[in-house]
Amino acid sequence: MITKNDTSSSQPVLTRNDFKLDQPVKWCAGCGDYAILSAVQNALPEIGMKKEDIVFVSGIGCSSRFPYYINTYGFHGLHGRAAAVATGIKIANPMLSVWIVTGDGDSMAIGGNHFIHILRRNIDVNILIFNNKIYGLTKGQYSPTSPKGLITKTSPDGTIEPPFIPGELAMGAQGTFFARALDTEPKQMTDIFIKAAQHDGTSVVEILQNCVIFNNKIHQEITGKDVKDDRVIYLEHGKPMIFGVEHDKGLVLRDFGLQVVRIGENGIAEKDLLVHDAFTPDIALHYLLTRMTYPEFPVATGVIRSFPCEPYDQALERQVIRSMEESRIKTLEGLINTGNVWQL
Amino acid sequence: MGIKKRKIIELEDAVVKFAGDSGDGMQMSGAQFSDTSAFVGNDISTFPDYPSEIRAPQGTIAGVSGFQVRIGSKGIKTPGDRADVLVAMNPAALKTNLKWVKLGATIIIDSDSFDVKNYQKAGFNSDPLEDGTLDGFNVVRAPITYLNFTAVKELGLDSKTAEKTKNQFAVGILYWLFDRNLEYGEKFLDDRFKTKPVLAEANKKVLRAGYHYAETIETLESRFQIIHRGERKGKFRNITGNTAVAWGFIAASERSGRPLFLGSYPITPASEILQELAKRKQLGVKVFQAEDEIAGINSAIGASFAGNLGVTTTSGPGLALKSEALGLAVITEIPLVLVDVQRGGPSTGLPTKTEQGDLMQALYGRSGESPAVVIAASSPSDCFDYAYMACKIAIEHMTPVVLLTDGYLANGSELWNIPKIADLPPIVPPIVPDNTPDFKPYRRDPQKLNRFWAIPGQEGLRHRIGSLEKEDVTGYVSHDPLNHEKMVRLREEKVQRVANYVPELKVWGEPTGDLLAVGWGGTYGAMISAVEELQQQGKSISLAQFNYLKPLPRNTEAVLKGFRKIIICELNMGQFAMYLSALYPQFKYLRYNKIQGLPFMIEELKRKFNQVLEGKE
Repeated sequence: MITKNDTSSSQPVLTRNDFKLDQPVKWCAGCGDYAILSAVQNALPEIGMKKEDIVFVSGIGCSSRFPYYINTYGFHGLHGRAAAVATGIKIANPMLSVWIVTGDGDSMAIGGNHFIHILRRNIDVNILIFNNKIYGLTKGQYSPTSPKGLITKTSPDGTIEPPFIPGELAMGAQGTFFARALDTEPKQMTDIFIKAAQHDGTSVVEILQNCVIFNNKIHQEITGKDVKDDRVIYLEHGKPMIFGVEHDKGLVLRDFGLQVVRIGENGIAEKDLLVHDAFTPDIALHYLLTRMTYPEFPVATGVIRSFPCEPYDQALERQVIRSMEESRIKTLEGLINTGNVWQL
Repeated sequence: MGIKKRKIIELEDAVVKFAGDSGDGMQMSGAQFSDTSAFVGNDISTFPDYPSEIRAPQGTIAGVSGFQVRIGSKGIKTPGDRADVLVAMNPAALKTNLKWVKLGATIIIDSDSFDVKNYQKAGFNSDPLEDGTLDGFNVVRAPITYLNFTAVKELGLDSKTAEKTKNQFAVGILYWLFDRNLEYGEKFLDDRFKTKPVLAEANKKVLRAGYHYAETIETLESRFQIIHRGERKGKFRNITGNTAVAWGFIAASERSGRPLFLGSYPITPASEILQELAKRKQLGVKVFQAEDEIAGINSAIGASFAGNLGVTTTSGPGLALKSEALGLAVITEIPLVLVDVQRGGPSTGLPTKTEQGDLMQALYGRSGESPAVVIAASSPSDCFDYAYMACKIAIEHMTPVVLLTDGYLANGSELWNIPKIADLPPIVPPIVPDNTPDFKPYRRDPQKLNRFWAIPGQEGLRHRIGSLEKEDVTGYVSHDPLNHEKMVRLREEKVQRVANYVPELKVWGEPTGDLLAVGWGGTYGAMISAVEELQQQGKSISLAQFNYLKPLPRNTEAVLKGFRKIIICELNMGQFAMYLSALYPQFKYLRYNKIQGLPFMIEELKRKFNQVLEGKE
């Protein structure tokens, strides 16, 4: 059995400085990516891996420069293809902790096919999607997550495409772990990244990230300091689904759908609220939570789904090991001299 | 009833073609007859010829599936131009194959299938058995369908199952015709139907029925005997090009100590490599069937980054999809082998037919200056050697290598002298030791110019590589103009220096003369056969068959210089000729091209060479 979180006691204690590089970070001043990088550097010492056993893989886009800024092994690949590269790395060596850093264009548009299939297979990697709902590196075209009607360089009259909700796609593809984080909440991000690393299988973390140049404040209406508490719900396993500045709003299930209620109104008490179960295999409620959008609902953050399930890489490793043990053929020499062989 | 003593005709070699409906079991019959021939010491070369439809409507030209085998005493290098014996299970099979049959050949037909409806469906206006179409051939009209049913009657099979054994009747006739021991054929059937003993029994019954039928009938006046020269020594097996590629990869993995990872997507005619390797978990092989061609190659690149021998397999359309990632392997300088089993193009083209149309795509089909090593195998069995060499070059020189085979090599088979794996040349991966002080990912070996392999998990070597241009030595992202030019030239020079580590170009025949026939890759069998036949007639002709295409062998220019005329023969519009013209413009190149989805025939090459030698090009 392969466990990636085998922490031997002799291992040196790591700090965030172990994952810093002396190379300059070249994102725009004020970019949300800096906070994410910092949160990842805070999370890595906590996941119980040696620093040389961690690999960051990326595709193309602003987010995908990430591997160049973190002191682990890193591979910066092609637009949309990080999932495939990471799959190869993880299958080749299941002992590695493999992270994919991607954006909404990289993962939802050009890499959409790889995104759904890595989830379907449940390859044990962690995918961080920096969702700024815009193409930043190509300077301001709409992305598959841009809200309908968004005016951009390629949608001068507003987009006419409904956007993807990454979590919806993740669950449609049988994803086993989905979390949402805000680039404005470093502590929550770090905590979520650690949980993603601990999950056996593909972990998807969508980070609502701000592009300060081409889509500034796109998440502001829910992440703004003054409104956030009323418009975001932070889900924690085993805890009731409560939100609001006054800590008085909650979620209940009615008529096959979620509903926002107020504690104390219409006889609602805290015990009537839904209690979050991230670990249930049943996807229905996770799906509803993922789809919640402002203004009708608060946007769900935290670990929405974390259902442990044997990853592809471990299952393959198991088949290989069993086959090697059971077969009488141990080498190619044995194979090519077996069967229809003629001595002339 | 006494059995008539028949005349024995001794032959150096014979070509047998099996043809019938896609579901008639022609591929199995061919394999069975080939294996038995190899068992008794014949040399063999086989070539299946099947449509891209799985089961086209019964009795139509589109549904004809064929399998050609040439058996001989020794030195068989092609499955042969034309058949000495044709098995035609229906009129469509006869119609399709009659033009590939030698005059005077024996044609075995299932006369039960030659009714008006069927011969019209095949495009005959009148009954070919009666209208003189088959004049000059030795025709064996056997009521195969009827005799087959009679033979299996007592087993009580349903008619659909019973129908499936009729190919064995034809095979039985052939076993008698070539004096083959039935035991080999029966053993083949026992192996094939291991889990279905009733089917094995039914097939064996029909095989014997066919044999005894041939023994009895009057039309077969003679039997064939392949002259046994007994000159081949060693251990042999029959191998297809696709299997040979798969095993070459495993050999390279064992010799290099790098675990084998295949990332691939099914595509005709390359899928058998994927299927073969998927069966080799017992040897530690990991196979990932990706969601598309792009994921196939990218996963292989990831596996190589993680220290495996990453390989990917495809055909022309898949190579097009993989070209961006091949460029990624070029700039990250990662070991990677890509096999392109070429088929007729462009686009979906002729999926089951052979062609050499992907040379330019392999050499240049990427963005930017993107040099990769390109090599080509030239026979089904040497696919093993070139797959091995592709891996050796990829690993030792830290570069992607494109291995070109083709549908003809991939599905064709021949006897393979089984090598000792320990005798193969060593493969030494340039892996950086842990904690090497001042490690830099793009520092190079001064001779080969390869960078070194530092593998995730190794201590003290954390580094980052990727698709952006890299600064020399440090590997940092760099947009510096002079650095870019330096890196472009370094990558090209690294590939060129591979020529110092591969064999020189061989010339079959005199090193100087009137005509140098030039080919590359899978045309070798027909080329060498044609050239040798003309040499035996005293003609001044030699052959240079290229396996190393980029870089070209160091002595290429010296070889070309030795001949008054050079003719380049290719199954495309002249891509290699264009390439040689660009690199060695001082020579004049004649061209001979065929673009029919078919391999060269020996006789057409000979005709062309004779024309050129006589000054009539």
